[in-house]
Amino acid sequence: MTERILSVLVEDKPGVLARVSSTISRRGFNISSLSVGPTNIEGRSKMTIVTELDAVEQVKKQLNKLINVIKIVELDPELTIETEVLLLKVSINKESQTSVIEKANLSNAKSVDVGQDYAIFELTGTSKDLDKFEKLMKPYGIIEMVRGGRIALQTTV
Amino acid sequence: MNKENLSGAELVVRSLEYLNISTVFGVPGGAILPAYDPLYDSPVRHVLARHEQGAGHMAEGYAQATGEIGVVIATSGPGATNLITSLANALMDSTPLLAITGQVATTSIGNDAFQEAYTVGLSMAATKHNYLVTKASEIPQVLKEAKYIATTGRPGPVLVDIPKDVLNEVSKWVEPGPINLPGYKPTLEPNPKMIQQAVELIKKSKKPILYIGGGVIHARAHKEIFELSTKYNIPVVTTLMGRGGFPDGNSLCLGMPGMHGNYTSTTSIQQSDLLIAIGVRFDDRVTANPDYFAQNAKVIHADIDPAEIGKVREAEVPIVGDAKSVVIGLIEMLGETVLDVNDWLEVISKMKNDFPLTYTQKDDGPLKVPFVLEEIQKLTKDEAIVVSGVGQHQMWISQHWKFEKPNTWLNSGGLGTMGYALPAAIGAKAAYPDRLVLALDGDGCFQMTCQELITASTENIPLKIVVFNNGNHGMVRQWQKIFYNNRFSASELTHHTPDYVKLAESMGAVGLRVSQKSEVKNVFEQMLEINDKPVLVDCVVDPEDMVFPMVPSGGSNDKILLSEKDLENL
Ligand SMILES: Cc1ncc(C[n+]2csc(CCOP(=O)(O)OP(=O)(O)O)c2C)c(N)n1
Ligand SMILES: [Mg+2]
Repeated sequence: MTERILSVLVEDKPGVLARVSSTISRRGFNISSLSVGPTNIEGRSKMTIVTELDAVEQVKKQLNKLINVIKIVELDPELTIETEVLLLKVSINKESQTSVIEKANLSNAKSVDVGQDYAIFELTGTSKDLDKFEKLMKPYGIIEMVRGGRIALQTTV
Repeated sequence: MNKENLSGAELVVRSLEYLNISTVFGVPGGAILPAYDPLYDSPVRHVLARHEQGAGHMAEGYAQATGEIGVVIATSGPGATNLITSLANALMDSTPLLAITGQVATTSIGNDAFQEAYTVGLSMAATKHNYLVTKASEIPQVLKEAKYIATTGRPGPVLVDIPKDVLNEVSKWVEPGPINLPGYKPTLEPNPKMIQQAVELIKKSKKPILYIGGGVIHARAHKEIFELSTKYNIPVVTTLMGRGGFPDGNSLCLGMPGMHGNYTSTTSIQQSDLLIAIGVRFDDRVTANPDYFAQNAKVIHADIDPAEIGKVREAEVPIVGDAKSVVIGLIEMLGETVLDVNDWLEVISKMKNDFPLTYTQKDDGPLKVPFVLEEIQKLTKDEAIVVSGVGQHQMWISQHWKFEKPNTWLNSGGLGTMGYALPAAIGAKAAYPDRLVLALDGDGCFQMTCQELITASTENIPLKIVVFNNGNHGMVRQWQKIFYNNRFSASELTHHTPDYVKLAESMGAVGLRVSQKSEVKNVFEQMLEINDKPVLVDCVVDPEDMVFPMVPSGGSNDKILLSEKDLENL
């Protein structure tokens, strides 16, 4: 399965996220990630949607029909900077503490909170980096984890 | 005038007047009540329906007959939920509709207040767009935008939900400004390169078919289609929604293709080398299994909605644009081209001869719907606006009625909504009081919205309705015969209950009944003579009759069942 990333510029109006997600589920499209946030332009938000290659044309066309969707750009995988953020809470004890922190450091994860029996790390990177880090932490016992959804920009205009 | 203090409700009614809306259909209730007060004095006519679904279909019938927007008003909660079927219906058939609903006060929204429903959420997937208005001053602009969205591009329903406190809020009339919708700019003019590519394919084609649908009617492109077909001798198939887009009386017209299409229409597509598809969406009722659909044909697909192109069938030449502009472009570029289609026309004319639509009406046998239709049409001289329900009768009408003009055939094609016919006919007759409006309904369908006959009589909308009384959900029975071994689970209605004549009379209409061939002419003449009241004809017909041709769903259009005899080979 090949992925495609869509960058969707929308009007920042109430219900716009509901419209987009309702269209996606109504049409039975598979998406693996959706994130929303403000842009540098007032009144405009941007959604980043990751979907499959074979669905991408219909996803684009159906979303384009929504009145509040202004523009959809399919990002060129070669020219795309992509990132995602992760917060991960892992158990620690006296024996594991050093190796957990060492592995986190090697992964470029930042420790944002350390307690007696847990540590919370923050990591920003590609989805693959985040997957890898999750795997590394798994043996120590992940208590909770949250990922922010993938966001992306194209390097050329 | 700008200084005048107006309530949100007054702004609603003024906006309707400003937008040249002359008739609205609806049912009042608590949350929308403020809007009904100024409506009382307004020149805008309000038709009081007996159910909001009916009101919605009335607005649809009005819109489909006129090509203008239809307007429906309902209250919050159950009023809005009752509307949903008609919104979904309008979305499927691309009918321009404006629905205005009352909502509980903004301070109560989200608290499960009395008659609160999340109307914007509930209608999201049943509308082209919807709004929740939060300030009275925004009402004129929002209603202008709503009408614009409903009527432009691919038309559809737009809902505007207005909380009661906003209807009561005092504001000023703010003249609506220009439309500014950065995310909505329908493409009307086709790309000339695409037109050129299409013309190249047309010139090479030996077996072209013009495949036209509802988009041609919405774009009012029937004259251009007529020229394209008759100038270059291209045969035309008209989908269920496209009936009337090309005159049935013309020898190039092949009629409806698909599941219950006639043999020639369906088969000519299968044999064609080029489909010129305009304002159609390759619906499954037309294509059957798309893998076997028109396998030897290249496709030119023109539609105003880019999402329709390539959705079901890849197009060699995709054209986004308004049907009328597209066809004008094609004709201009084809110029004096003469297509090499004589052999093709001969093949088609032979098919027409060899496989006509047939039925047998015995003198003393039960009435057959196709026979009755032909008799009615003889008496009405092609003047009627015909409105249908959903089921066997609908398919027979589409097969046997000769449509000569657009907007004279109203039916629920995409959603297949039983109960559509009577209220839609009321809407059409409200738009054209001087025209003959004929609802040709099934007995099952009629029972879904028959209370609207009261609307017709009390509002002085003297339409005519023929109830094809086969005592059954005939189409369901037909499937049970073919696919469920004659096990007629829940499809029987009985011929006798209700007594349609008495029902009509009790609702202020005239009731007539016909069940014999010898009475047919007489009874329908009587029906046509009465013009001061609605008339209902209880037309008792054969419960065992089945609609053919038929292609079972998911099958191949190469395997058409022509009559009951073919069922043995299933
Ligand atoms: C609202 C709704 N419910 C159920 C159906 C399924 N359905 C399709 S046709 C049909 C029977 C229609 O019966 P009738 O109006 O008597 O028409 P006939 O087929 O007998 O001509 C039914 C139940 C439907 N299309 N719409
Ligand atoms: Mg029936």
